[in-house]
Amino acid sequence: MSGLTIMMAAASGTKDVQTFAPLDTSTFPSQLFWLFLTFGVLLFLLAKVLLPRLGGILEERSNRIADDLDTASRMQREAELAGKAYEQSLSDARAKAHNVAETTRASVNVELEAEMQIADEETARQMARAETKIQAMREKALANVDEIASETAKALVEHLYSKKISIVTVRKTVKRLAIKTG
Amino acid sequence: MAAEPGKQFDPIRQFDLHNMVDIQIGKYDISFTNSSFMMVVAVVCICLFLYLSTTKKSLVPGRWQSVAEISYEFVADMVRSTAGRDGLKFFPFVYALFMFILFANMLGLVPFFFTPTSHIIVTFALAMMVMVTVLIVGFWKNGLGFLQLFNPGGVPLILKIVLVTPLEIISFMSRPLSHSIRLWANMLAGHIMLKLFASFIIAMAVGLTGAFKLGAIAPAIMTIALTPLEILVAFLQAYVFAILTSVYLNDALHPGH
Repeated sequence: MSGLTIMMAAASGTKDVQTFAPLDTSTFPSQLFWLFLTFGVLLFLLAKVLLPRLGGILEERSNRIADDLDTASRMQREAELAGKAYEQSLSDARAKAHNVAETTRASVNVELEAEMQIADEETARQMARAETKIQAMREKALANVDEIASETAKALVEHLYSKKISIVTVRKTVKRLAIKTG
Repeated sequence: MAAEPGKQFDPIRQFDLHNMVDIQIGKYDISFTNSSFMMVVAVVCICLFLYLSTTKKSLVPGRWQSVAEISYEFVADMVRSTAGRDGLKFFPFVYALFMFILFANMLGLVPFFFTPTSHIIVTFALAMMVMVTVLIVGFWKNGLGFLQLFNPGGVPLILKIVLVTPLEIISFMSRPLSHSIRLWANMLAGHIMLKLFASFIIAMAVGLTGAFKLGAIAPAIMTIALTPLEILVAFLQAYVFAILTSVYLNDALHPGH
């Protein structure tokens, strides 16, 4: 047996005993029958059991992934909202603090002003009282000056002219002179 | 089975059918043969594979479940992209064709295993299943509008009558032939080639003397090189068969191009 004869046998088909098996029509019924049977069973099992099963797994996974993505985006949205709310409350608090400071300042100012006014009035009253007192004292003092001048003038006149003079006359003169000289 | 020494090296003998159980119904011989056996094996393998890989139904797939899912999405994408979304009704059919042919081809590559798809009647029956499905769906969905398929737009009338429509009809009619012969011839040629080179190894090792026996290494290398090629062809032919089925179904669903 050599390679050459094998090659020749292959090239010439099988001329010796049997026909070429793939073209042997006597086997066709059997092949067709078993092909349709096995392929039919396969098709049935695939369509009814196996492919729905496999497709179910794939669908479940893609649903799960879609769900997870949804959840993730929802959570992100919630986080954003929370962030916004935080900013809002922060700025609110800031505004409120500002307000409080402002009103406090205003009320303190009002109070301060009222007290200042009271204090001013008190001061003014006291000044007025002091002024009247000073006025009175000055008048009294001025009155005394006239008296002293009158008495001094009387003494001077009595000493210089050795003559008695009425204190009333002196007083009138002094008064007249004082008015004239201012 | 021939017991003559020459017979076991004959690369054509591997396609012989042997009755395992004789069954006769009426005048038809429907014996359970080695081909039937491999068909059953293929179907059992597919079902076991798909069933066992999906028992856990894990959200994060394991190795086997991944493979099952990939096969599912591979075929589903193929059908969706070629036949459109409404083509998904035929997804189980295309998937069954793809897996059946893939498993039959792949199992056939195991030494001493028979390849059901190396017989023209099997591939022709599969192609006719597609053809009949296309015809039924085409006329069911579109009525006579299905004949639009042979009346492509944008062609001058004379040219259409003389050339384009006859060509379209011929190409449509020859689809089951081309569809089946492509798969069958690939399987047949691949197996003959593998068997031929494999038998050269034995022939040279046994037939030659002395140092010439080492010459058997050459066909051995050839066999080793051919095996991955045949695995590729086995997959590719299953893929081609499935995608052409999708294309034909697309014609049936949308005959207006």
